[in-house]
Amino acid sequence: MQKAMIEKAKQLLEDKTVGRVIGWKQGEFAYDSTPAVFKSVEEIEENFVFNDFTASNVSKYLIKESKNIFGTLVFLKPCDTYSFNQLVKEHRIIKENVHVVGIECNGKLDIEKIKAKGISGIKSIKNENGVLQIETVYGNETLNFEDALAERCLSCKSKKHVIYDELIGEDGELLDSNRFDMVEELEKMTAEERYIFWREQLSKCIRCNACRNVCPACSCEKCVFDNDNSGVANKAPVNSFEENMFHIIRAFHVAGRCTDCGECSRVCPQNIPLHLLNRKFIKDINELYGEYQAGADTESRAPLTDYTQEDCEPAVVHERGAE
Amino acid sequence: MLMMKLDKIDELFALISEKQTLYIPADTNDGSAAYTKWNNGVKLSSALNTLRSAKDFFFPQTENLVDFKMEGKNIEVVDVREESENFVVFGVRACDARSFTILDKVYLCEPVDSYYKTRRDHGTVITMACTKPAETCFCSVFGIDATEPEGDVACSSDGTNLFFKVNTEKGKEFVNSISSILTDGDASELEAINEKTKSILEQLPLAALSTASFGGDKLDKLFDSEKWAELSESCIGCGTCTFVCPTCQCYDIKDFDTGHGVKRYRCWDSCMYSDFTKMAHGNPRLTQLERFRQRFMHKLVYFPANNDGEFGCVGCGRCLSKCPISMNIVKVMKALEDK
Repeated sequence: MQKAMIEKAKQLLEDKTVGRVIGWKQGEFAYDSTPAVFKSVEEIEENFVFNDFTASNVSKYLIKESKNIFGTLVFLKPCDTYSFNQLVKEHRIIKENVHVVGIECNGKLDIEKIKAKGISGIKSIKNENGVLQIETVYGNETLNFEDALAERCLSCKSKKHVIYDELIGEDGELLDSNRFDMVEELEKMTAEERYIFWREQLSKCIRCNACRNVCPACSCEKCVFDNDNSGVANKAPVNSFEENMFHIIRAFHVAGRCTDCGECSRVCPQNIPLHLLNRKFIKDINELYGEYQAGADTESRAPLTDYTQEDCEPAVVHERGAE
Repeated sequence: MLMMKLDKIDELFALISEKQTLYIPADTNDGSAAYTKWNNGVKLSSALNTLRSAKDFFFPQTENLVDFKMEGKNIEVVDVREESENFVVFGVRACDARSFTILDKVYLCEPVDSYYKTRRDHGTVITMACTKPAETCFCSVFGIDATEPEGDVACSSDGTNLFFKVNTEKGKEFVNSISSILTDGDASELEAINEKTKSILEQLPLAALSTASFGGDKLDKLFDSEKWAELSESCIGCGTCTFVCPTCQCYDIKDFDTGHGVKRYRCWDSCMYSDFTKMAHGNPRLTQLERFRQRFMHKLVYFPANNDGEFGCVGCGRCLSKCPISMNIVKVMKALEDK
C-alpha cells in the first residue's frame, strides 16, 4: 500500500496535477508518524510513510491547504472521507483544489493497547500476516493485530469512501457497526449513575484543547472559549462545572456535523471517552429525525438545520428526560 | 544501607500517613497511573511513570491567589492561602525529581514565589530508581541517572527489598520517622541491578540523542532556522505537550468576577495557545510557527542561557507519548542539530 501511495504521489507531483501532498512522515519509533505536507518528489522518497499506525485524520488540514491553488493531493481512509465531505458541505474546503486518493483501510493500531500488555522498550513492530512481531530491548513479543486495534476501529461504521477522485485498493461497504452499544449502556443507567459516570470522566480533563483542535467539525476561526470578549473564555479547569460544560457545549456545537471519526478520544491525553457524547447525539438524531450520517453526502439538508412536519416536538425533552 | 522487605510496603505507607498525607502512584481504571492520596487499600502502581507529571504537587494547574471583596467603595483584600500541611510524595522517578530542581530555579529565585515555596517547604520527595525504562525515555541525555534519582530520599529495589538512601536533611527526618520499620541490610545486589538498568538505558533508541547543537549561545542560528516552518506545519496548537510536561512552568493570571468581588487565580498557560503572552498592544507571536518555536527555544536555548547551561527538559517522554500528531522535542532536536 505504501509503495503504491508513494508512486501515486510522485506521479501527480511530476505531472504537476498537484503541488503538495498531505500524508505521514516517518517518526522515531515504529508507531509515531506525524502528519506532514510534502512539496517534492525528494521529500516523498525520503520520508513518506503509511502503516498500521498512520491513524490521524488529516482532513482538517485541507481547510488551510485547499486555499492553495497549486493543488493538494490527500490520502484519505474511509472514515476520513466523511470528515472531508462534511467540510466540503460546510464550504470550509475548496474541493476543486484537492485531489483525493481514497485508501483501503483494515483498521489502525493503538500503541497504548500494545503498551498496556506490558510491552515496553519497543524497537520495531512488524505485521506478519496479522501477527505483530514486536522487537524490544527486553526481548521479542508477539501480539495479534486484532488485539491492538484502536477502539474506534473495533466499531468501524464504514469501509466505503464517500468522496474520492481515485482509489488505491478496494472500496468497501457500510458496516453493521456496534458503535451505539456503550451509549445504550449509558442510557440504561439512572440519571444519578450517568451523572457519576460523566463527572468521573470529565473531571480528568486538563483543558489542553486537543479534542477541540483535532476535531474536523470544530472549524471556527476563533473558538468562543478562546475569545476574551465572549465572557466564557477559559484555559483552566477552574472547577468541575466548567469542565463539564466545555465538553457538553462542544458536543452540542458539533451535533449533526460530527461524523464520528473518533479523533477526540484518540488524542485525549487523559483517556476520556469523549466520542460517547457525540455518539449520543448521533443516536438521538437518528431516532428523532430519521437516520442521518454527517459527511455521507454534500447535498442533503442536515436534520438540525432543516424543518419537516415529521420533526419531533420540543416536548420530547421532557418526555425522554423523565426518570 | 537502610532497608525493608518490599512485601511490607503497605505497612510503610500506613506508617507514613499516620503523620503526614501521603501520595503514591496508583493504577487508574483507564489503565494509566496517577498520584493518588494513600489510604488503606490503595496499591503502588507497577507502571513506569504517572500519566501526568508530579509538578502539580508544587505548581498546581490552577490556584487561587487572592480574593477582593467589594462593598460600596471599599475593597477588602483577602489572603486565601491556607497554611499547607506537610505531605510526602512517594515513588517519584528520576526525571520528575530533576524537574523540581528546574522549577526551583524559576520559582525560588528572587522574587521568590511564596505559593510555590510554601508547598516545596512542606513536601518531602521520596524517589524510586527505574529498572524498566521505556523507548520514549531519554533522561540520560540530560545527565540524569535513572538508577540514582534525586529527591530527599532515593529508594531502589532488588525485587524483594526496598533500600533507602538519604539525600537531604528533610530526608533524614523522614527516615527517622519510619525507623521502626527499617533495618540495616546488605545492598550488594543493587549494584548489579543498576548496571543492568544502565545497559538497557544505553540500548534505548533515543540514547544517542545529543544536546551538542543546543544551549544558550546558539540563539541566532537556531531562531532563524528554516526548519521551524516544516516542524510546526502540522501542529494543531493544543496544550497537551505543555500540560503533561514536568518542566513547563508558564502560567496566566486571571480574574473571576464573583458578582460582588474578584477571585484572582493563576492557571497553567501554554505557549501553543493563541493568547499566550497577549498584552495590551496585542500578541508578540502571531503564528503557530512562532509559538511552536517558543516552546523548544525556551527549553533548549533560553533556559540554559539563564541557568548555567541546564536544559529545560528532563527526557521523561510524556510529550512523545501524548502529542496528538507525534511531534516532539526529540524530532525537533534531530531536525535542528548540526549534521
